[in-house]
Amino acid sequence: MSAQATHTLNELPVGGRGRVLRVGCARASALRLLEMGLVPGTVVELVRRAPLGDPIELRVRGYSLSIRGAEARGIEIEAPEPSP
Amino acid sequence: MSSTVLFAGNPNAGKTTLFNLVTGSRAKVGNYPGVTVEKRSGEVTLVGGRKITAVDLPGTYSLTARSAEERIAVDAVLADGDEAPLGLVCIADATTLRRGLYLVTQLLDAGRPAVVALTMMDEADKQGLTIDAKELERAIGCPVVRVVATRGEGKAELEARLAAVLDEASAPPRKIELPSLLEADVAAVLATLPPAKADDVADLRRRARAIWALLSLGEDELEGVSPSLRAAVTERRRAAHAAGRDLDLEIVSWRYARVDAILDRALRVPERTKRSLTDRIDDKLMHPVLGLVVFAVVMAMVFQALFSWSEPFVSVIEGGVAWAKAATLANLPPGAFTDLIANGVIAGVGNVVVFVPQIALLFIFITVLEDSGYLARVAFVIDRVMGGVGLHGRAFVPMLSGFACAIPAVMATRTIESRRDRLLTMMVVPLTSCSARLPVYVLITATVFDSSRHVFGLMSIGAVVLLAMYTLSIVAAVVAAAVLRRTVLRGPRPTLVLELPPYRMPRVSNVLRATGARVRRFLTDAGTVILALTIVLWGLLTYPKDASISTHYDDLRATAAQTLDGEAKDAQLHELDDAQASAELRHSFGGRLGVAMEPALRPLGFDWRTGIGILGAFAAREVFISTLGVVYGVGEADESSTSLRDALREAKTEDGRAVMTPLSGVCLMVFFVLACQCMSTIAVIRRESGTWRWPAFLFAYMSVLAYGVTFAVHQIGAFMGFS
Repeated sequence: MSAQATHTLNELPVGGRGRVLRVGCARASALRLLEMGLVPGTVVELVRRAPLGDPIELRVRGYSLSIRGAEARGIEIEAPEPSP
Repeated sequence: MSSTVLFAGNPNAGKTTLFNLVTGSRAKVGNYPGVTVEKRSGEVTLVGGRKITAVDLPGTYSLTARSAEERIAVDAVLADGDEAPLGLVCIADATTLRRGLYLVTQLLDAGRPAVVALTMMDEADKQGLTIDAKELERAIGCPVVRVVATRGEGKAELEARLAAVLDEASAPPRKIELPSLLEADVAAVLATLPPAKADDVADLRRRARAIWALLSLGEDELEGVSPSLRAAVTERRRAAHAAGRDLDLEIVSWRYARVDAILDRALRVPERTKRSLTDRIDDKLMHPVLGLVVFAVVMAMVFQALFSWSEPFVSVIEGGVAWAKAATLANLPPGAFTDLIANGVIAGVGNVVVFVPQIALLFIFITVLEDSGYLARVAFVIDRVMGGVGLHGRAFVPMLSGFACAIPAVMATRTIESRRDRLLTMMVVPLTSCSARLPVYVLITATVFDSSRHVFGLMSIGAVVLLAMYTLSIVAAVVAAAVLRRTVLRGPRPTLVLELPPYRMPRVSNVLRATGARVRRFLTDAGTVILALTIVLWGLLTYPKDASISTHYDDLRATAAQTLDGEAKDAQLHELDDAQASAELRHSFGGRLGVAMEPALRPLGFDWRTGIGILGAFAAREVFISTLGVVYGVGEADESSTSLRDALREAKTEDGRAVMTPLSGVCLMVFFVLACQCMSTIAVIRRESGTWRWPAFLFAYMSVLAYGVTFAVHQIGAFMGFS
């Protein structure tokens, strides 16, 4: 299930999880995404892609958030540590 | 200090349901000054007899603001002096606390007496979430009440604890403890804020305002921010950037760290063992194939409702208006006053009421879709298509509705959060080919084309024409959206940040309440403008009157009455009535305007009679046909009336050429696709945008577009040898 060497959120497979490292979008978008809970350290799961492939649905902080691939490409992630 | 208690919370958190529960049906709906955001408020008497005014703030995920509309919440929460709120009810969805507490901590930093209402407790229990309310109370420093607003649970406790915190002489002092780096930034910004009274709570609020400014200012569209505050924020952000820091990241991370620290003690989430109901539903509804099928079916149903289901109601209204007109004409003495009542006032009221069935049906659908959670999925499914032309995924339902009628469609843009996205949608919705254009296409096609001809042996000529007009309308809307997005409504690249709430059962009472409120607002606001415009238009097409015209026809009627008998006499009298109406219309301001416009219309292939028809169509596009009926002296006409078609076919210009040719017919239809010939659209956009600027712009750009394209079609067509 866990993602290996993925670099951006958009590269996660459906069902894959990652830990946010950095939100590298334009300021207005980045601030909104941060305030919606995508702060570094948060674990996100890519739940599904929309029927037409974009946008994507994320599970973050216990709720479902949808963003476009364009923004997801700006969000760097790392593989989450395996749970103890 | 006011008696206001603010209800603040995330969208989808059940804020409005709780507000309705507390205020009962006593809520009043108004507007916040300067913006078109609805302000709902209601008087409530708490236990102990204290009277408060509950105000439902717009749902928001954060107090950060870049536009006037986003600023409503923060200005209300951080207000001082006379506007200062008495207290706050912070609404947080118990199932999404890890995000929802972000806003709650921002609200509590205002230092006002506050109660936190945890909504959706039934869902939280079902998910097995354990929320330690006592621990939560201790950690955030204010009472926490569990509610299930849909069942009325927790209302009494909420009111009692609200009354208690409002009665306390001084709220327990809270603190905003920042990391030292941020503390220096806040201190620099604080120096530019007006000094507060030396009390802890006012000081707390100044700090909250400084933090707010650091996040909100820069690239914003806010007005009335003091230049010194702006300068201080810019300088701190610049210095931070130079030092390799990111203030946005630091502030938001600091606050989320607070949220996580609170919830690490107060919330236990069980390991998820099975997928939630919403996930299992979405496995089907968001499936690449099935998802699109369901989407198409739901949208087709909405469209069908607007297009067909509204029909019987519209017929009843139109019948009622016709009856009222006839009754007025029959029972009042003939004259200018009776004419004003029948053809001005009653027709005007009819023009308003006739929209109610479509508005009500659309908002029943929208509220059901929104409350069930599917409306957010509509945006999710179609965003790729809409985003491609610079529109928001949420613009789909308004655009689709536009093919039935622009009036409810413009009102439906309210589901789009950002003002720029909403305005853009409003500016292109009137290009979608509404149902009122259909009779015009039908009449013109039947007049200028031979209906027995088929194209490629398959499609009738009428079907080809209709397909062409709808394609033109879609292309025009898409191109206009792309152009406006890059020019008049330029701004930061629009992004989609959309919560997909869990599926929930919509409640009938809420659907009826929301729909009723929409209809009432339409009748009182846009309705009055439509009524006034109808009367003005009636005046233009009726005055000035020329006594010599009526004398002339009275003489002819007298002659006919003496010389003819029976059916011949009736027919002749009828014909004279129609001819008189035609002569009077030509004599009116509107008629003269049509004649005066002819030089400008000729390059489009239209003559003065068509010009008068276009003026009349401003009341509603289908009125084009009845106006033409009067101009051509054939009396009452609709799109299937053969006498009007024959009159149109036989009509000649002064130099003896036919008025209605296939080319001029196509030009007329193209003009109808593109021109903003609907004063009700103008009135409703005035209402929804809050200014006359946007409807004026809409009218101007669509008129230029319609004229330019029709001109090109006629000239190119004529050059290629069509007639």
